[in-house]
Amino acid sequence: MSTDALALPRTELASRPVVSRLHDWVTTVDHKRLGILYIIYALVFLLIAGVEAMIIRIQLIRPHNDFVSPQVFNRLFTMHGTTMIFFVVMPVLFGFANYLIPLMIGARDMAFPRLNAFSFWMTAFGGLLLYFSLLGANGLYGAGNAPDVGWFAYAPLTSQTFSVGHSTDFWILALLISGFGSIGTAVNIIATALCMRCPGMTLAKMPLFVWLNLIMAGLVILAVSPLTAAQIMLLVDRYLGGHFFDTQAGGSAVIWMHFFWVFGHPEVYVLVLPAFAFASEIIPVFSRKPIFGYSVMVGATVAIGFISMSVWAHHMFTVGMSSAANNFFVISTMAIAVPTGIKIFNWLATMWGGKIEFKTPMLFCIAFLFQFLIAGLTGIMQGAAPFDWHLGSSYFVVAHFHYVIVGGILFCLFGAFYYWFPKMSGKMYSETLGKLHFWIFIIGFHLTFDFMHIPGLLGMPRRIYTYEPGRGWDTWNFIVTIGVFFQAAGILVFLGNLIWSYFRGKAAGSDPWDAWTLEWSTNSPPPAYNFAAIPIVKSRRPLWDLKHPADPDWKYE
Amino acid sequence: MRSRGPSNRLVGVSQLVVLIGGAGTAFADTAQTWSPTNIFAPASTPAKSIFGLSLFILAVTGAIFLVVFSLLLYSVVRFRKRKNDDGREPPQVYGSNQVELAWTIIPILIVVALFMATARVIAVVQRTSPPGNAIAVTAIGHQFWWEYRYPDLGVVTANELHLPVSDPAYPTPTFIQLLSADTDHSFWVPRLGGKTDLIPNHPNAMWMDPQETGVYLGQCAQYCGTQHAKMLLRVYVQSKDDFDSWIRQQRQPAFVNEAVSEGQQLFETTACINCHTVSGTVANGRFGPDLTHLMSRDTIAAGAASNTPENLRLWIRNPNAIKPGSLMPAMQLSEQQLNAVTAYLETLR
Repeated sequence: MSTDALALPRTELASRPVVSRLHDWVTTVDHKRLGILYIIYALVFLLIAGVEAMIIRIQLIRPHNDFVSPQVFNRLFTMHGTTMIFFVVMPVLFGFANYLIPLMIGARDMAFPRLNAFSFWMTAFGGLLLYFSLLGANGLYGAGNAPDVGWFAYAPLTSQTFSVGHSTDFWILALLISGFGSIGTAVNIIATALCMRCPGMTLAKMPLFVWLNLIMAGLVILAVSPLTAAQIMLLVDRYLGGHFFDTQAGGSAVIWMHFFWVFGHPEVYVLVLPAFAFASEIIPVFSRKPIFGYSVMVGATVAIGFISMSVWAHHMFTVGMSSAANNFFVISTMAIAVPTGIKIFNWLATMWGGKIEFKTPMLFCIAFLFQFLIAGLTGIMQGAAPFDWHLGSSYFVVAHFHYVIVGGILFCLFGAFYYWFPKMSGKMYSETLGKLHFWIFIIGFHLTFDFMHIPGLLGMPRRIYTYEPGRGWDTWNFIVTIGVFFQAAGILVFLGNLIWSYFRGKAAGSDPWDAWTLEWSTNSPPPAYNFAAIPIVKSRRPLWDLKHPADPDWKYE
Repeated sequence: MRSRGPSNRLVGVSQLVVLIGGAGTAFADTAQTWSPTNIFAPASTPAKSIFGLSLFILAVTGAIFLVVFSLLLYSVVRFRKRKNDDGREPPQVYGSNQVELAWTIIPILIVVALFMATARVIAVVQRTSPPGNAIAVTAIGHQFWWEYRYPDLGVVTANELHLPVSDPAYPTPTFIQLLSADTDHSFWVPRLGGKTDLIPNHPNAMWMDPQETGVYLGQCAQYCGTQHAKMLLRVYVQSKDDFDSWIRQQRQPAFVNEAVSEGQQLFETTACINCHTVSGTVANGRFGPDLTHLMSRDTIAAGAASNTPENLRLWIRNPNAIKPGSLMPAMQLSEQQLNAVTAYLETLR
């Protein structure tokens, strides 16, 4: 258990020298501090990978532009993708899970606090190692410094023949190490959700947030393990004379694709389920109604978890699979639309008949609903294999998955930042800046990613550092690039809001949203031990029961 | 053409696809003016099948979008907290099994319909076997250019694929075997069909029956290394006569011209021949494009530059000026040697 700060009164903590306070952060095993470390770490990488995206878009603003060389461009999109998935979105989601799960289930910490710290530092070192390639990867003459094999690193481009020097090794090791961290965190979340719940909180009374993160953690274990195995096989190929993926010695490029997407598609749900988790907490509170169809929401999540393990090869419709295999992955891919649709309908029904307050967190979640609807429908288009023979590897698919990751996940994340910032910092954010952020960002998002679909339909493949004029792509690419600057401005307003509010914000109090889950029953920020006394709950909304003793939830559930 | 007709169960769906596909033809005619690589301007049977399917899917997803978007918009506007709110909590509703059942079953039915329409097009495109009069082509992806071999016709060329036009009444389709010499690539000429990857150790195939003459553009669609962006595809669809005369011309051995023997000798005594073939000479390299009929092509460097004497000279002197990162080395020739080699290459018609 975390006891480092427990023994010291707050005033004494604040008066200690900076070095020893920093030392506390480095050696902490407190789930809240680790959560915040995860989040800050992810925000730093968000800025880095965001700048990479801006350079990519500046290069593509007009045909035959030469803002960066093809070599640099290829490194940029590899680093952008790898960073955003592994060192921004995963860590920030793990951060929120770490911070919130013990608070929501009335526990004093995660099940394994030391494993928790270990996992964070593995992830952190993985990210640092990836970027150390900029300094350390110059191997042989002509070799690039940063990885340039794309974020899914298809064989045989990763073999020694085509990737000389060490940049690919940095990519492999960075993901291998952070993968151990991810698996550790997943084990911890599962153990915490299953074993650490407070008295009265049966699984059927566990907040949806915790349920969704529990399924996410299960998917992490199932998905990251094959990736880890594949990374080790690739290392064996590169240094120990193995031929798993070495096509020049009879290896199989397609096997790498299967390994990668067996990881890669569940990974999408690893990222999106926590986003659903945020929406499932925020939408009810700002609609002033309980979540509609709690048990169906849990069931749909479990269904998504299962089905997501059997859809991976829809990333491979152009690889030349048999028609039977193509048909299988079409039906499984389309099937996943059903539980996902159920979720959207349940959020809709939660708002239906409510009293919706348009605070910043809710604005982001409402935008998420609209955008995720579109992302889901473009997903169905690509799920139809023949349509995907056009759309796959084109800018349409780039637009689609950015619609999922930015329009879906990042919007929910922004909602989560504003919703839980008062709890984590004890200060209220600026609603004006929050709304400004929302409107600037949503304009930028739609300029960029709505218009990005079109060049894909007009035949523009992804991952090209430049393109020919006269293909009808110029105007769309120009608009797409303009949108990026709006998004960047929105991010700056967001970070400015967080920093300003942390130092100057008004005190938030323990329950600024009149919410219903246990984290709002303790101080903001919560003390190291979370709860002075372990709570006892009787329903899914323990604070509703407290606030409405005449009309408690447990009478109806 | 089809080796396997649609089963009875799929007939209803297929009729719908045909209906929508027919309505979209007018649209397709204008679509190609927007972009020479527009997927909505199909010109061959596989591309048209996909086009019909895509319109059906767009119609279904468009309808879903309108319904759910309207419901979302309605609930956000209708159930917003009013200024004169009484401060009381709204009625607490926990769920409804009937409603849940409805929005589970309706999507399942939609998914089944979409799947059946999709399975039919997969069958049309994937389960077609070559008829006796089909043209066989082997396409080999290289970093960063395309090699085309016509095994039955004895022709080898690069970067510009020539095909005969196919009359829908008497189809002469082309079946392309797809191989890779190095990394993954993908063959994508949107107006002629969907993309199929070229993967080392994993032979693939695709077919097309282009129904209008003209030049069809595309490019490599699977990241293959530094110059993935300039691995462009050009498909020349010609009338039967034009195609036959092109084939006859390509089967000729290299043109010999005494006037450029200095350049030829230079070519044959430098590293050029390690990678390039000129048939009938000692040059028999396979790493780079076959140059036997270089001047019959409109472009060089896999479509990255037009085939002019200036571009050719620049390409030999400094390939990075046209295509940085290409595997063609700068040949380090003197001005005089450069002129001689360029003059020789210009005679390879």
